[in-house]
Amino acid sequence: MTVTTIPKQSLIGQRITKRDAPEKTIGQTRYIQDMTLPGQLHAKILRSSRLHAKIISIDTAKAAALPGVHCVITAADVPEQRPIGVKKDQLPLKTDRVRSYRDEIAAVAADSPEIAAAALRLIEVVYEDLPPLTDPKLSKLPDAPRLHDAPDNVALTFAYKHGDVAEGEAESDFVIEDEFSLHFVTHCCMGVSGVIAEFEPSGNLTLYSNTQVPFLHKRDFAELLNIDPGRIRIIQPPIGGGFGSKLDIYPFEPICIYLARRTGRPVKLVFSREEEFIASPTRQPLTVTLRSGVKKDGALTFRTVRTLLDNGAYTSWGATTPFVMMQTFSSLYRVAHCDYYTEAVYTNNPYSGSFRGYGNLQATFAVEQHMDRLAELLGMDGLEFRLKNAQDRGEVTLQGLHFKSCGLKECLSVAAERSDYRQKRERHQAQQAAPGTIKRGVGMASMLHVGGGAKIYPSDGCGSILKLDDFAHVTLMTGASEIGQGSETVLAQLVCEELGIPLDAVTVINNDTDITPWDVGVHASRTTFVAGNSAIGAARKARDKILAAAAKVTNLHADQLDLRAGYIVRAEDGEALMPLAKMLRSLHFSDMAELVITSHYYEPPSKHQDKDYKGDVSAAYAWATHVVEIELDTATGIVRLDKVTAAHDVGRVINQLGIEGQIEGGIVMGQGYAITEHLMFEDGLCLNPNFRDYKLVTAPEIPEMDITFIETMDGEGPQGAKGVGEAPAICMAAAVANAIENATGVRLTSLPFTPERVYRALTEARR
Amino acid sequence: MSLLREIRFTLNGVERRLSVPITMTALAMLRDVLNMTGTKYGCGEGECGACTILVDGQTVNSCIMFAVDCDGREVKTIEGVAADEQWRPLREALVEHGGVQCGFCTPGMVVQASHVLSKNPHADHHAIKRGLEGNLCRCTGYKKIIDAVAAVAGEQEVVP
Repeated sequence: MTVTTIPKQSLIGQRITKRDAPEKTIGQTRYIQDMTLPGQLHAKILRSSRLHAKIISIDTAKAAALPGVHCVITAADVPEQRPIGVKKDQLPLKTDRVRSYRDEIAAVAADSPEIAAAALRLIEVVYEDLPPLTDPKLSKLPDAPRLHDAPDNVALTFAYKHGDVAEGEAESDFVIEDEFSLHFVTHCCMGVSGVIAEFEPSGNLTLYSNTQVPFLHKRDFAELLNIDPGRIRIIQPPIGGGFGSKLDIYPFEPICIYLARRTGRPVKLVFSREEEFIASPTRQPLTVTLRSGVKKDGALTFRTVRTLLDNGAYTSWGATTPFVMMQTFSSLYRVAHCDYYTEAVYTNNPYSGSFRGYGNLQATFAVEQHMDRLAELLGMDGLEFRLKNAQDRGEVTLQGLHFKSCGLKECLSVAAERSDYRQKRERHQAQQAAPGTIKRGVGMASMLHVGGGAKIYPSDGCGSILKLDDFAHVTLMTGASEIGQGSETVLAQLVCEELGIPLDAVTVINNDTDITPWDVGVHASRTTFVAGNSAIGAARKARDKILAAAAKVTNLHADQLDLRAGYIVRAEDGEALMPLAKMLRSLHFSDMAELVITSHYYEPPSKHQDKDYKGDVSAAYAWATHVVEIELDTATGIVRLDKVTAAHDVGRVINQLGIEGQIEGGIVMGQGYAITEHLMFEDGLCLNPNFRDYKLVTAPEIPEMDITFIETMDGEGPQGAKGVGEAPAICMAAAVANAIENATGVRLTSLPFTPERVYRALTEARR
Repeated sequence: MSLLREIRFTLNGVERRLSVPITMTALAMLRDVLNMTGTKYGCGEGECGACTILVDGQTVNSCIMFAVDCDGREVKTIEGVAADEQWRPLREALVEHGGVQCGFCTPGMVVQASHVLSKNPHADHHAIKRGLEGNLCRCTGYKKIIDAVAAVAGEQEVVP
């Protein structure tokens, strides 16, 4: 008999192609838009044609009489409605008052989307206008009408403090204060929002949903529908983009369910693109007033921060983004005194949701511009100033964040070195006053973001079930959802690494709450970290079980054995002892018949923050520095992004191909936030609900990207990795602002940097 | 209901004859009448490229083309491009280079990229970027899509 030896090989850090990519390239993937259930009806929603008004009457008789219409509902038809949202401040169908143009008034289920749309046009609504409120500053005035039962129209407040900012200011040699203003943008998932609801005769509900948080929604929908959560099954078809937009329940979902309940038929509701722009969430707009100080030696002394959030008409996750913002103010750099206070104020504008970065783009925009300004006052180089105030590994910040791994200093140095930041900055600054309209600039910004989950809910965990069959094929059932980011591939990789099996020997089941174990959802850059550790936990249990059984057969100790390439091998020399499949069969078909099925629940060792928002909220923290290089034409205001040099502390690279894709996509999304995207409103009305007037970055406009991964090997991370999904979008706008200053000598504190706005700002500054 | 008109055209090499409302878009015909869901609705206004198809060898946003205008023409969708061995290297390159994330823009990208390469088999990065300008992607930042197409362009045999 020939002896086969199998060397130990690792999948970690390899370029692993995305498991679902081949079917996507041939158009075979069926998104929710592509699904049709037998007997399915199509739903459409009538939205308000007034910004702020009383509803006097709604007449649906003509719509209901239209052939092909099965059901028309208004709030009066669904007395069982319950409020939804973070503050439970809206009903899915509005009763007596509308507070924004996206407000839902009535809904129709019909044989086709065209009939449903025709029916909407037959619904007659009589309104009585109320005074509009579209500026949060005006909303707070004592004589402003109240949009909800909330004093001064304040929906939410957040207050955080460490040290004593007065003391900090007293010991400062330089103090600066600026107001920054951040605009509306929206997710623009290429697949528009949609849902299909179907009731079985038993009363059980199956929801085909694009949600990023199926297990939280199962509970929320149960409460909303007053049924046992056990009777709700959520199935997630492949999702055409998430980016945080699918973290809350929005009115269209319960409305679709009400229609399905009333008609006894499956009902599908899919947005048009215009509706997607008008009625899906936005990124939280706000103003930030930031006051910062330093000592002559370059040590930061304090930050006082006041932010005012335009809450919009109702409250969704956007209003809670201060939770993340305050971490950047308190802990991105070492600062002894910090005082942060924010209010989210109701207006008749759209309401914001969570969006990749969750408030951190906004906070970083302010903080990193102040880092440049302070450095300039000190006559210090921006890099040196940042390095002086940067955190180190092992540090616990005054907010209680514990940086068990921290690569900020490496990120700063690597990004600066690879981009030749210092030299270019000096050279461009010297050219500011030179003749000609084409200016060049280079700007730097860094960021800190949760990279090991975020303990917001009672659990931040994820469950995994692993099933090995008689042929050593493995099925991983994970609570974690795939939204295009590639979690399915990374989880398969981590399981293969433990069990020594090829990638094609794993199936991942991740989209059905009746099968998969609990997970808190796709948010906070947590999936690789939390679901990854969970999958590894389940795989290690299976490995232990297999090796214990193999030890008996081979007369070796379990720790002398290993699993490689589908074989049980002797660890020291890799000699193949037995195919894994044979071992599994011998366990299964024996007197002591046993299947190898394991489960694991991973709860990250993070803490809930106390009422003062102090505590180590994440099990790990991600860091990054971006240096951007721009070309700006002062004659037109056009800013072109030439190059981005990015250095990211990702803990460890698990899938090189996947992580590059995340960083590149995030950089370009951040570029859009900085330079091209602007969802515009005039008196609450969206002016540009289409891709012609809402400008996404296109292929010719992308910058050259130089990306370096700093591997700090986080002790708690799966194979040392940290979360990275949100990080790359975060520091782009701040870095672009710093580059514009370097190119022109003018500091722009208001986003976005679209040509007209840049041109105006430069012209005003010259006066 | 709206007026119907009978049309005949070639769809992915197969002769089709059907009756369509004159107001119907080519996209709605493909997806809702013929149940060919590979072609995606992204915006309905010809701005995103998710619904890209080939009509007589030219790429068209099928969401702003009337179904009746397919009459007498040769239409090729992602299903047709997917079945064409000529474009296997392109599809494989998109996978190998990581040009696919959520995948919603991918069918339109594949159709458009096949067109770019048909017209210009050795397209350089600049030409590829220009060629894909009308196709929006929110996930990838385009780089890996461009790299994938460039890899195929680089490998195509030069026909003297």
